[in-house]
Amino acid sequence: MKKKSWFSKFYLVLIMAFFYLPIVYVVLFSFNASRSLTNFTGFSLQWYQKMFATREMMESIYYSTIIAVIATVVSTIVGTIVAIGLSKSSRLVKEAVTQVNNLPMLNPDIVTAIGFMLFFSTLNIPTGFGTLLLAHIVFCIPYVILSVMPKLRQLDDNVAEAALDLGCTPFEALYKVIIPQIREGIISGALVAFTMSFDDFVISYFTTGPGINNISTYVYATTKRINPSVNALSTIIVIAITIILIITNVVPMIKARRENDEKTA
Amino acid sequence: MIILPMLIIVFYAFSTQGNSLIPVKLTLDNFARFFSDSIFVEVLLRSLKLAIITTIICILIGYPAAYFIAKLSPDNQSIAVLLVTLPQLINMLVRTYAWRGILLESPFSPEVKVYIGMVYNFLPFMILQIYTSLSKMDPSLISAANDLGCDNRMAFIKVTLPLSVPGIISGITLVFLPAVSSFFIPKLLGGGSYVLVGNLIENYFVTTGDWNFGSAISLIMAVIILISMYFTRKFDYDKEAI
Repeated sequence: MKKKSWFSKFYLVLIMAFFYLPIVYVVLFSFNASRSLTNFTGFSLQWYQKMFATREMMESIYYSTIIAVIATVVSTIVGTIVAIGLSKSSRLVKEAVTQVNNLPMLNPDIVTAIGFMLFFSTLNIPTGFGTLLLAHIVFCIPYVILSVMPKLRQLDDNVAEAALDLGCTPFEALYKVIIPQIREGIISGALVAFTMSFDDFVISYFTTGPGINNISTYVYATTKRINPSVNALSTIIVIAITIILIITNVVPMIKARRENDEKTA
Repeated sequence: MIILPMLIIVFYAFSTQGNSLIPVKLTLDNFARFFSDSIFVEVLLRSLKLAIITTIICILIGYPAAYFIAKLSPDNQSIAVLLVTLPQLINMLVRTYAWRGILLESPFSPEVKVYIGMVYNFLPFMILQIYTSLSKMDPSLISAANDLGCDNRMAFIKVTLPLSVPGIISGITLVFLPAVSSFFIPKLLGGGSYVLVGNLIENYFVTTGDWNFGSAISLIMAVIILISMYFTRKFDYDKEAI
Protein backbone atom coordinates (compact mmCIF):
# COMPACT_ATOMS: atom_id res chain seq x y z
CA MET A 1 0.00 0.00 0.00
CA LYS A 2 2.83 2.33 0.95
CA LYS A 3 4.57 1.68 -2.35
CA LYS A 4 1.39 2.51 -4.23
CA SER A 5 0.93 5.93 -2.63
CA TRP A 6 4.56 6.73 -3.42
CA PHE A 7 3.91 5.92 -7.05
CA SER A 8 0.73 8.03 -7.23
CA LYS A 9 2.52 11.06 -5.76
CA PHE A 10 5.38 10.62 -8.20
CA TYR A 11 2.93 10.37 -11.10
CA LEU A 12 1.10 13.55 -10.06
CA VAL A 13 4.38 15.43 -9.65
CA LEU A 14 5.36 14.31 -13.14
CA ILE A 15 2.05 15.55 -14.60
CA MET A 16 2.41 18.90 -12.82
CA ALA A 17 5.97 19.20 -14.10
CA PHE A 18 4.63 18.70 -17.62
CA PHE A 19 1.96 21.37 -17.06
CA TYR A 20 4.35 23.93 -15.61
CA LEU A 21 7.38 23.31 -17.82
CA PRO A 22 6.36 25.84 -20.52
CA ILE A 23 5.50 28.45 -17.91
CA VAL A 24 8.85 28.09 -16.16
CA TYR A 25 10.48 28.15 -19.58
CA VAL A 26 8.95 31.48 -20.72
CA VAL A 27 9.70 33.17 -17.41
CA LEU A 28 13.32 31.95 -17.50
CA PHE A 29 13.97 32.83 -21.15
CA SER A 30 12.32 36.23 -20.84
CA PHE A 31 15.45 37.17 -18.84
CA ASN A 32 17.86 35.65 -21.36
CA ALA A 33 20.74 37.83 -22.49
CA SER A 34 20.79 36.45 -26.03
CA ARG A 35 18.22 35.84 -28.75
CA SER A 36 18.51 32.09 -28.32
CA LEU A 37 15.42 30.16 -27.30
CA THR A 38 17.40 27.09 -26.29
CA ASN A 39 20.54 28.37 -24.48
CA PHE A 40 20.37 30.55 -21.44
CA THR A 41 23.41 32.80 -21.74
CA GLY A 42 22.93 35.29 -18.92
CA PHE A 43 20.54 37.61 -17.16
CA SER A 44 19.17 40.69 -18.88
CA LEU A 45 16.07 42.83 -18.97
CA GLN A 46 16.44 43.79 -22.61
CA TRP A 47 13.34 41.86 -23.77
CA TYR A 48 11.21 43.76 -21.29
CA GLN A 49 12.66 47.04 -22.59
CA LYS A 50 11.94 45.92 -26.15
CA MET A 51 8.43 44.90 -25.17
CA PHE A 52 7.60 48.25 -23.61
CA ALA A 53 9.13 49.98 -26.62
CA THR A 54 7.08 47.99 -29.15
CA ARG A 55 3.84 49.86 -29.68
CA GLU A 56 1.97 46.92 -31.23
CA MET A 57 2.76 44.76 -28.22
CA MET A 58 1.46 47.27 -25.71
CA GLU A 59 -1.57 47.84 -27.92
CA SER A 60 -2.32 44.10 -27.98
CA ILE A 61 -2.42 44.04 -24.16
CA TYR A 62 -4.70 47.07 -24.23
CA TYR A 63 -7.08 45.56 -26.81
CA SER A 64 -7.25 42.18 -25.07
CA THR A 65 -8.10 43.86 -21.77
CA ILE A 66 -10.58 46.46 -23.02
CA ILE A 67 -12.42 43.93 -25.20
CA ALA A 68 -12.58 41.36 -22.42
CA VAL A 69 -13.92 43.98 -19.99
CA ILE A 70 -16.60 45.39 -22.33
CA ALA A 71 -17.57 41.94 -23.65
CA THR A 72 -17.89 40.64 -20.07
CA VAL A 73 -20.08 43.55 -18.91
CA VAL A 74 -22.37 43.52 -21.96
CA SER A 75 -22.66 39.73 -22.28
CA THR A 76 -23.33 39.36 -18.55
CA ILE A 77 -26.14 41.93 -18.64
CA VAL A 78 -27.68 40.59 -21.87
CA GLY A 79 -27.20 36.94 -20.88
CA THR A 80 -28.80 37.47 -17.47
CA ILE A 81 -31.80 39.29 -18.97
CA VAL A 82 -32.25 36.55 -21.60
CA ALA A 83 -32.01 33.86 -18.91
CA ILE A 84 -34.59 35.59 -16.71
CA GLY A 85 -36.86 36.08 -19.72
CA LEU A 86 -36.45 32.42 -20.65
CA SER A 87 -37.34 31.18 -17.20
CA LYS A 88 -40.68 32.99 -17.60
CA SER A 89 -41.34 31.68 -21.14
CA SER A 90 -43.24 28.65 -22.32
CA ARG A 91 -41.48 25.30 -22.57
CA LEU A 92 -41.35 25.40 -26.35
CA VAL A 93 -39.54 28.75 -26.46
CA LYS A 94 -37.24 27.59 -23.68
CA GLU A 95 -36.29 24.43 -25.56
CA ALA A 96 -35.75 26.26 -28.84
CA VAL A 97 -33.55 28.97 -27.35
CA THR A 98 -31.54 26.45 -25.33
CA GLN A 99 -30.82 24.46 -28.50
CA VAL A 100 -29.69 27.59 -30.35
CA ASN A 101 -27.67 28.57 -27.30
CA ASN A 102 -25.82 25.25 -27.38
CA LEU A 103 -24.86 25.67 -31.02
CA PRO A 104 -21.74 27.83 -30.56
CA MET A 105 -20.51 25.46 -27.88
CA LEU A 106 -20.93 22.33 -29.99
CA ASN A 107 -19.62 23.98 -33.10
CA PRO A 108 -15.86 24.13 -33.51
CA ASP A 109 -14.49 27.63 -32.83
CA ILE A 110 -13.28 27.98 -36.37
CA VAL A 111 -16.76 27.41 -37.82
CA THR A 112 -18.28 30.00 -35.48
CA ALA A 113 -15.44 32.34 -36.43
CA ILE A 114 -15.88 32.11 -40.19
CA GLY A 115 -19.63 32.39 -39.64
CA PHE A 116 -19.04 35.78 -38.04
CA MET A 117 -16.59 36.76 -40.75
CA LEU A 118 -19.04 35.93 -43.57
CA PHE A 119 -21.85 37.61 -41.62
CA PHE A 120 -19.93 40.88 -41.33
CA SER A 121 -18.87 40.80 -44.96
CA THR A 122 -22.42 40.05 -46.16
CA LEU A 123 -23.64 43.12 -44.30
CA ASN A 124 -20.68 45.11 -45.64
CA ILE A 125 -19.41 45.92 -42.16
CA PRO A 126 -15.65 46.60 -42.34
CA THR A 127 -13.73 44.45 -39.85
CA GLY A 128 -11.94 46.15 -37.00
CA PHE A 129 -12.43 46.96 -33.34
CA GLY A 130 -16.23 47.02 -33.64
CA THR A 131 -16.57 43.60 -35.28
CA LEU A 132 -14.03 42.08 -32.90
CA LEU A 133 -15.95 43.41 -29.91
CA LEU A 134 -19.33 42.38 -31.30
CA ALA A 135 -18.11 38.83 -32.00
CA HIS A 136 -16.70 38.56 -28.47
CA ILE A 137 -19.96 39.78 -26.91
CA VAL A 138 -22.01 37.30 -28.94
CA PHE A 139 -19.85 34.25 -28.23
CA CYS A 140 -19.75 35.04 -24.50
CA ILE A 141 -23.54 35.33 -24.06
CA PRO A 142 -24.27 31.55 -24.26
CA TYR A 143 -21.80 30.88 -21.43
CA VAL A 144 -23.49 33.49 -19.22
CA ILE A 145 -26.95 32.06 -19.95
CA LEU A 146 -25.65 28.58 -19.20
CA SER A 147 -24.35 29.54 -15.76
CA VAL A 148 -27.35 31.72 -14.78
CA MET A 149 -30.06 29.24 -15.85
CA PRO A 150 -29.47 26.59 -13.12
CA LYS A 151 -29.70 29.28 -10.41
CA LEU A 152 -32.99 30.53 -11.87
CA ARG A 153 -34.39 27.02 -11.87
CA GLN A 154 -33.84 26.82 -8.10
CA LEU A 155 -35.64 30.13 -7.60
CA ASP A 156 -39.08 30.09 -6.02
CA ASP A 157 -41.54 31.97 -8.27
CA ASN A 158 -43.65 32.96 -5.27
CA VAL A 159 -40.88 35.13 -3.84
CA ALA A 160 -41.00 37.53 -6.79
CA GLU A 161 -44.77 37.57 -6.58
CA ALA A 162 -44.63 38.28 -2.87
CA ALA A 163 -42.35 41.25 -3.62
CA LEU A 164 -44.89 42.56 -6.12
CA ASP A 165 -47.72 42.09 -3.61
CA LEU A 166 -45.74 44.00 -1.01
CA GLY A 167 -45.60 47.01 -3.31
CA CYS A 168 -42.42 46.56 -5.33
CA THR A 169 -42.45 47.69 -8.93
CA PRO A 170 -41.45 44.87 -11.34
CA PHE A 171 -38.05 46.52 -11.72
CA GLU A 172 -37.55 46.70 -7.96
CA ALA A 173 -38.60 43.05 -7.67
CA LEU A 174 -35.97 42.22 -10.26
CA TYR A 175 -32.99 43.88 -8.63
CA LYS A 176 -34.00 43.54 -4.98
CA VAL A 177 -35.27 39.96 -5.07
CA ILE A 178 -34.30 38.02 -8.18
CA ILE A 179 -30.80 39.35 -8.86
CA PRO A 180 -29.45 38.80 -5.31
CA GLN A 181 -30.62 35.19 -5.40
CA ILE A 182 -28.94 34.38 -8.70
CA ARG A 183 -25.82 36.45 -7.94
CA GLU A 184 -23.50 33.46 -7.77
CA GLY A 185 -24.57 32.33 -11.24
CA ILE A 186 -24.08 35.81 -12.66
CA ILE A 187 -20.61 36.12 -11.13
CA SER A 188 -19.44 32.73 -12.38
CA GLY A 189 -20.91 33.52 -15.82
CA ALA A 190 -19.01 36.80 -15.90
CA LEU A 191 -15.79 35.04 -14.90
CA VAL A 192 -16.21 32.45 -17.66
CA ALA A 193 -17.01 35.20 -20.18
CA PHE A 194 -13.90 37.16 -19.18
CA THR A 195 -11.58 34.16 -19.47
CA MET A 196 -13.12 33.06 -22.77
CA SER A 197 -12.76 36.52 -24.25
CA PHE A 198 -9.28 37.24 -22.89
CA ASP A 199 -8.02 33.83 -24.02
CA ASP A 200 -9.69 33.72 -27.41
CA PHE A 201 -7.64 33.38 -30.53
CA VAL A 202 -9.67 31.69 -33.26
CA ILE A 203 -12.70 34.00 -33.29
CA SER A 204 -10.54 37.10 -32.90
CA TYR A 205 -8.28 35.99 -35.74
CA PHE A 206 -11.16 35.86 -38.23
CA THR A 207 -13.14 38.88 -37.06
CA THR A 208 -10.48 41.51 -36.41
CA GLY A 209 -9.36 44.05 -38.95
CA PRO A 210 -6.01 45.51 -39.99
CA GLY A 211 -4.03 47.11 -37.17
CA ILE A 212 -6.19 45.68 -34.39
CA ASN A 213 -4.50 42.78 -32.60
CA ASN A 214 -5.19 41.23 -29.24
CA ILE A 215 -2.49 39.27 -27.42
CA SER A 216 -3.36 35.99 -29.15
CA THR A 217 -3.44 37.29 -32.70
CA TYR A 218 -0.30 39.33 -32.04
CA VAL A 219 1.61 36.28 -30.80
CA TYR A 220 0.37 34.28 -33.79
CA ALA A 221 1.46 36.98 -36.22
CA THR A 222 4.97 37.27 -34.76
CA THR A 223 5.80 33.59 -34.56
CA LYS A 224 7.22 33.54 -38.06
CA ARG A 225 10.37 35.15 -36.64
CA ILE A 226 12.07 34.37 -33.35
CA ASN A 227 11.03 37.10 -30.97
CA PRO A 228 12.05 36.70 -27.32
CA SER A 229 9.99 39.76 -26.34
CA VAL A 230 6.99 37.44 -26.61
CA ASN A 231 8.48 35.61 -23.60
CA ALA A 232 8.51 38.89 -21.68
CA LEU A 233 4.89 39.50 -22.66
CA SER A 234 3.99 35.95 -21.58
CA THR A 235 5.72 36.44 -18.25
CA ILE A 236 3.70 39.60 -17.59
CA ILE A 237 0.50 37.63 -18.31
CA VAL A 238 1.61 34.77 -16.03
CA ILE A 239 2.31 37.24 -13.20
CA ALA A 240 -1.00 39.09 -13.71
CA ILE A 241 -3.03 35.86 -13.65
CA THR A 242 -1.18 34.55 -10.59
CA ILE A 243 -1.92 37.79 -8.72
CA ILE A 244 -5.62 37.67 -9.72
CA LEU A 245 -5.84 34.02 -8.62
CA ILE A 246 -4.16 34.72 -5.29
CA ILE A 247 -6.58 37.60 -4.66
CA THR A 248 -9.67 35.62 -5.65
CA ASN A 249 -8.64 32.52 -3.69
CA VAL A 250 -6.94 33.98 -0.64
CA VAL A 251 -9.36 36.83 0.09
CA PRO A 252 -12.41 34.54 0.51
CA MET A 253 -10.24 32.24 2.64
CA ILE A 254 -9.23 35.10 4.97
CA LYS A 255 -12.85 36.26 5.08
CA ALA A 256 -14.05 32.78 6.01
CA ARG A 257 -11.39 32.51 8.70
CA ARG A 258 -12.32 35.91 10.13
CA GLU A 259 -15.98 34.94 10.23
CA ASN A 260 -15.02 31.74 12.01
CA ASP A 261 -12.98 33.69 14.55
CA GLU A 262 -15.91 36.01 15.20
CA LYS A 263 -18.17 33.05 15.75
CA THR A 264 -15.82 31.43 18.25
CA ALA A 265 -15.05 34.73 20.01
CA MET B 1 -26.63 36.68 -34.42
CA ILE B 2 -26.03 33.00 -33.68
CA ILE B 3 -28.08 31.29 -36.37
CA LEU B 4 -27.58 33.74 -39.24
CA PRO B 5 -23.78 33.26 -39.55
CA MET B 6 -24.35 29.50 -39.74
CA LEU B 7 -26.89 29.91 -42.51
CA ILE B 8 -24.48 32.14 -44.43
CA ILE B 9 -21.81 29.41 -44.22
CA VAL B 10 -24.29 26.88 -45.62
CA PHE B 11 -25.23 29.30 -48.39
CA TYR B 12 -21.60 29.93 -49.33
CA ALA B 13 -20.80 26.23 -49.25
CA PHE B 14 -23.48 25.45 -51.80
CA SER B 15 -22.61 28.26 -54.20
CA THR B 16 -19.83 29.65 -56.33
CA GLN B 17 -18.84 33.16 -57.31
CA GLY B 18 -20.60 33.61 -60.65
CA ASN B 19 -19.97 35.98 -63.53
CA SER B 20 -21.38 39.49 -63.92
CA LEU B 21 -24.69 38.22 -65.27
CA ILE B 22 -25.42 35.71 -62.55
CA PRO B 23 -23.66 36.82 -59.35
CA VAL B 24 -24.09 33.54 -57.48
CA LYS B 25 -24.82 30.04 -58.63
CA LEU B 26 -26.07 27.24 -56.45
CA THR B 27 -23.96 24.13 -56.84
CA LEU B 28 -22.55 21.01 -55.24
CA ASP B 29 -19.19 21.54 -56.97
CA ASN B 30 -17.41 22.53 -53.75
CA PHE B 31 -18.22 19.21 -52.15
CA ALA B 32 -17.38 17.25 -55.30
CA ARG B 33 -14.03 19.04 -55.46
CA PHE B 34 -13.26 18.12 -51.87
CA PHE B 35 -14.02 14.43 -52.14
CA SER B 36 -12.56 13.94 -55.61
CA ASP B 37 -9.12 15.23 -54.61
CA SER B 38 -7.17 12.69 -52.59
CA ILE B 39 -5.11 15.44 -50.91
CA PHE B 40 -8.16 16.94 -49.20
CA VAL B 41 -9.45 13.56 -48.07
CA GLU B 42 -5.97 12.74 -46.78
CA VAL B 43 -5.90 15.96 -44.72
CA LEU B 44 -9.32 15.16 -43.32
CA LEU B 45 -8.26 11.65 -42.32
CA ARG B 46 -5.04 13.01 -40.78
CA SER B 47 -7.06 15.47 -38.67
CA LEU B 48 -9.36 12.72 -37.47
CA LYS B 49 -6.41 10.49 -36.66
CA LEU B 50 -4.71 13.30 -34.71
CA ALA B 51 -7.91 14.03 -32.77
CA ILE B 52 -8.57 10.37 -31.98
CA ILE B 53 -5.00 9.61 -30.88
CA THR B 54 -4.85 12.82 -28.83
CA THR B 55 -8.08 11.84 -27.10
CA ILE B 56 -6.80 8.31 -26.38
CA ILE B 57 -3.49 9.59 -24.98
CA CYS B 58 -5.40 12.08 -22.82
CA ILE B 59 -7.56 9.27 -21.40
CA LEU B 60 -4.55 6.99 -20.76
CA ILE B 61 -2.49 9.70 -19.03
CA GLY B 62 -5.42 11.60 -17.54
CA TYR B 63 -7.30 8.72 -15.96
CA PRO B 64 -4.58 7.69 -13.48
CA ALA B 65 -3.93 11.36 -12.69
CA ALA B 66 -7.62 11.99 -11.95
CA TYR B 67 -7.81 8.76 -9.95
CA PHE B 68 -4.79 9.67 -7.82
CA ILE B 69 -6.12 13.21 -7.24
CA ALA B 70 -9.45 11.78 -6.09
CA LYS B 71 -7.54 9.63 -3.56
CA LEU B 72 -5.83 12.65 -1.93
CA SER B 73 -7.11 14.31 1.24
CA PRO B 74 -9.90 16.89 0.55
CA ASP B 75 -7.56 19.85 1.11
CA ASN B 76 -4.91 18.45 -1.20
CA GLN B 77 -7.59 17.63 -3.76
CA SER B 78 -8.62 21.26 -4.10
CA ILE B 79 -4.97 22.32 -4.32
CA ALA B 80 -4.34 19.72 -7.06
CA VAL B 81 -7.43 20.86 -9.00
CA LEU B 82 -6.28 24.46 -8.73
CA LEU B 83 -2.81 23.46 -9.96
CA VAL B 84 -4.33 21.69 -12.98
CA THR B 85 -6.61 24.66 -13.76
CA LEU B 86 -4.02 27.39 -13.34
CA PRO B 87 -1.96 26.87 -16.53
CA GLN B 88 -5.21 26.78 -18.51
CA LEU B 89 -5.91 30.38 -17.56
CA ILE B 90 -2.80 31.46 -19.37
CA ASN B 91 -3.40 32.21 -23.02
CA MET B 92 -3.31 29.08 -25.20
CA LEU B 93 -1.21 30.81 -27.84
CA VAL B 94 1.34 31.83 -25.23
CA ARG B 95 1.66 28.27 -23.92
CA THR B 96 1.96 26.84 -27.42
CA TYR B 97 4.57 29.46 -28.24
CA ALA B 98 6.55 28.32 -25.21
CA TRP B 99 6.48 24.72 -26.45
CA ARG B 100 7.80 25.93 -29.76
CA GLY B 101 10.86 27.29 -27.99
CA ILE B 102 11.32 24.18 -25.85
CA LEU B 103 11.04 21.82 -28.83
CA LEU B 104 12.93 24.03 -31.26
CA GLU B 105 16.12 22.00 -31.27
CA SER B 106 14.65 18.71 -30.14
CA PRO B 107 15.08 15.68 -32.40
CA PHE B 108 11.33 15.05 -32.58
CA SER B 109 9.53 14.99 -35.91
CA PRO B 110 6.97 17.76 -36.58
CA GLU B 111 4.24 15.18 -36.03
CA VAL B 112 5.47 14.27 -32.54
CA LYS B 113 5.78 17.96 -31.65
CA VAL B 114 2.18 18.55 -32.69
CA TYR B 115 1.07 15.60 -30.53
CA ILE B 116 2.95 17.00 -27.52
CA GLY B 117 1.30 20.39 -28.00
CA MET B 118 -2.15 18.87 -28.43
CA VAL B 119 -1.91 16.60 -25.39
CA TYR B 120 -0.53 19.49 -23.33
CA ASN B 121 -3.43 21.75 -24.21
CA PHE B 122 -6.23 19.23 -23.83
CA LEU B 123 -5.08 16.96 -20.96
CA PRO B 124 -6.37 19.30 -18.19
CA PHE B 125 -9.94 19.08 -19.57
CA MET B 126 -9.81 15.29 -19.46
CA ILE B 127 -8.32 15.15 -15.94
CA LEU B 128 -10.90 17.58 -14.54
CA GLN B 129 -13.86 15.80 -16.12
CA ILE B 130 -12.80 12.34 -14.94
CA TYR B 131 -11.89 13.72 -11.51
CA THR B 132 -15.36 15.28 -11.16
CA SER B 133 -17.11 11.98 -11.84
CA LEU B 134 -14.72 10.06 -9.55
CA SER B 135 -15.11 12.51 -6.66
CA LYS B 136 -18.90 12.17 -6.81
CA MET B 137 -18.56 8.44 -6.23
CA ASP B 138 -19.55 7.03 -2.86
CA PRO B 139 -16.43 5.37 -1.34
CA SER B 140 -18.60 2.89 0.54
CA LEU B 141 -19.34 1.25 -2.82
CA ILE B 142 -15.74 0.01 -2.92
CA SER B 143 -15.99 -1.36 0.62
CA ALA B 144 -19.22 -3.07 -0.35
CA ALA B 145 -17.51 -4.63 -3.37
CA ASN B 146 -14.65 -5.77 -1.14
CA ASP B 147 -17.07 -7.27 1.36
CA LEU B 148 -18.77 -9.12 -1.44
CA GLY B 149 -15.48 -10.77 -2.34
CA CYS B 150 -13.94 -8.48 -4.96
CA ASP B 151 -10.23 -7.81 -4.64
CA ASN B 152 -9.08 -4.23 -5.27
CA ARG B 153 -8.52 -4.79 -8.94
CA MET B 154 -11.90 -6.39 -9.49
CA ALA B 155 -13.57 -3.61 -7.51
CA PHE B 156 -11.89 -1.06 -9.78
CA ILE B 157 -12.96 -2.81 -12.97
CA LYS B 158 -16.50 -3.64 -11.83
CA VAL B 159 -17.34 -0.52 -9.80
CA THR B 160 -15.04 2.47 -10.22
CA LEU B 161 -14.45 2.28 -13.95
CA PRO B 162 -18.12 1.97 -15.03
CA LEU B 163 -19.11 4.80 -12.68
CA SER B 164 -16.51 7.10 -14.19
CA VAL B 165 -17.65 6.53 -17.78
CA PRO B 166 -19.76 9.74 -17.86
CA GLY B 167 -16.62 11.68 -16.91
CA ILE B 168 -14.64 10.00 -19.69
CA ILE B 169 -17.42 10.76 -22.18
CA SER B 170 -17.59 14.46 -21.31
CA GLY B 171 -13.79 14.49 -21.37
CA ILE B 172 -13.88 13.05 -24.89
CA THR B 173 -16.33 15.77 -25.94
CA LEU B 174 -14.04 18.47 -24.56
CA VAL B 175 -10.89 17.02 -26.15
CA PHE B 176 -11.97 15.51 -29.45
CA LEU B 177 -14.16 18.40 -30.57
CA PRO B 178 -11.57 21.19 -30.42
CA ALA B 179 -8.79 18.77 -31.46
CA VAL B 180 -10.35 18.05 -34.87
CA SER B 181 -10.54 21.73 -35.75
CA SER B 182 -7.37 23.03 -34.10
CA PHE B 183 -5.12 24.90 -36.45
CA PHE B 184 -2.65 27.04 -34.57
CA ILE B 185 -1.07 24.19 -32.60
CA PRO B 186 -0.16 22.26 -35.79
CA LYS B 187 0.94 25.48 -37.45
CA LEU B 188 3.16 26.70 -34.60
CA LEU B 189 4.65 23.32 -33.67
CA GLY B 190 4.57 21.38 -36.93
CA GLY B 191 5.68 24.21 -39.16
CA GLY B 192 4.09 24.35 -42.59
CA SER B 193 4.63 20.63 -43.12
CA TYR B 194 1.76 19.36 -41.00
CA VAL B 195 -1.53 20.45 -42.59
CA LEU B 196 -4.86 19.75 -40.93
CA VAL B 197 -8.47 20.61 -41.80
CA GLY B 198 -8.27 23.74 -39.66
CA ASN B 199 -5.22 24.92 -41.62
CA LEU B 200 -7.05 24.25 -44.90
CA ILE B 201 -9.98 26.38 -43.78
CA GLU B 202 -7.63 29.13 -42.63
CA ASN B 203 -5.83 29.04 -45.99
CA TYR B 204 -8.98 29.29 -48.06
CA PHE B 205 -10.32 32.18 -45.99
CA VAL B 206 -7.20 34.18 -45.23
CA THR B 207 -4.72 33.45 -48.03
CA THR B 208 -6.65 32.31 -51.10
CA GLY B 209 -9.90 34.10 -50.44
CA ASP B 210 -11.97 31.23 -51.85
CA TRP B 211 -14.73 31.53 -49.27
CA ASN B 212 -17.08 29.13 -51.01
CA PHE B 213 -14.69 26.22 -50.90
CA GLY B 214 -13.60 27.19 -47.38
CA SER B 215 -17.23 27.13 -46.24
CA ALA B 216 -17.75 23.71 -47.80
CA ILE B 217 -14.74 22.34 -45.89
CA SER B 218 -16.05 23.83 -42.62
CA LEU B 219 -19.44 22.32 -43.24
CA ILE B 220 -17.97 18.87 -43.89
CA MET B 221 -15.97 19.15 -40.67
CA ALA B 222 -18.97 20.36 -38.64
CA VAL B 223 -21.08 17.46 -39.90
CA ILE B 224 -18.37 14.91 -39.07
CA ILE B 225 -18.06 16.35 -35.56
CA LEU B 226 -21.83 16.30 -35.03
CA ILE B 227 -22.01 12.66 -36.15
CA SER B 228 -19.16 11.57 -33.89
CA MET B 229 -20.70 13.48 -30.96
CA TYR B 230 -23.98 11.72 -31.62
CA PHE B 231 -22.31 8.33 -31.44
CA THR B 232 -20.34 9.15 -28.29
CA ARG B 233 -23.52 10.23 -26.55
CA LYS B 234 -25.44 7.22 -27.82
CA PHE B 235 -22.71 4.99 -26.43
CA ASP B 236 -23.15 6.79 -23.10
CA TYR B 237 -26.90 6.18 -23.08
CA ASP B 238 -26.49 2.51 -24.03
CA LYS B 239 -24.12 2.11 -21.11
CA GLU B 240 -26.65 3.66 -18.79
CA ALA B 241 -29.34 1.34 -20.12
CA ILE B 242 -27.24 -1.66 -19.07
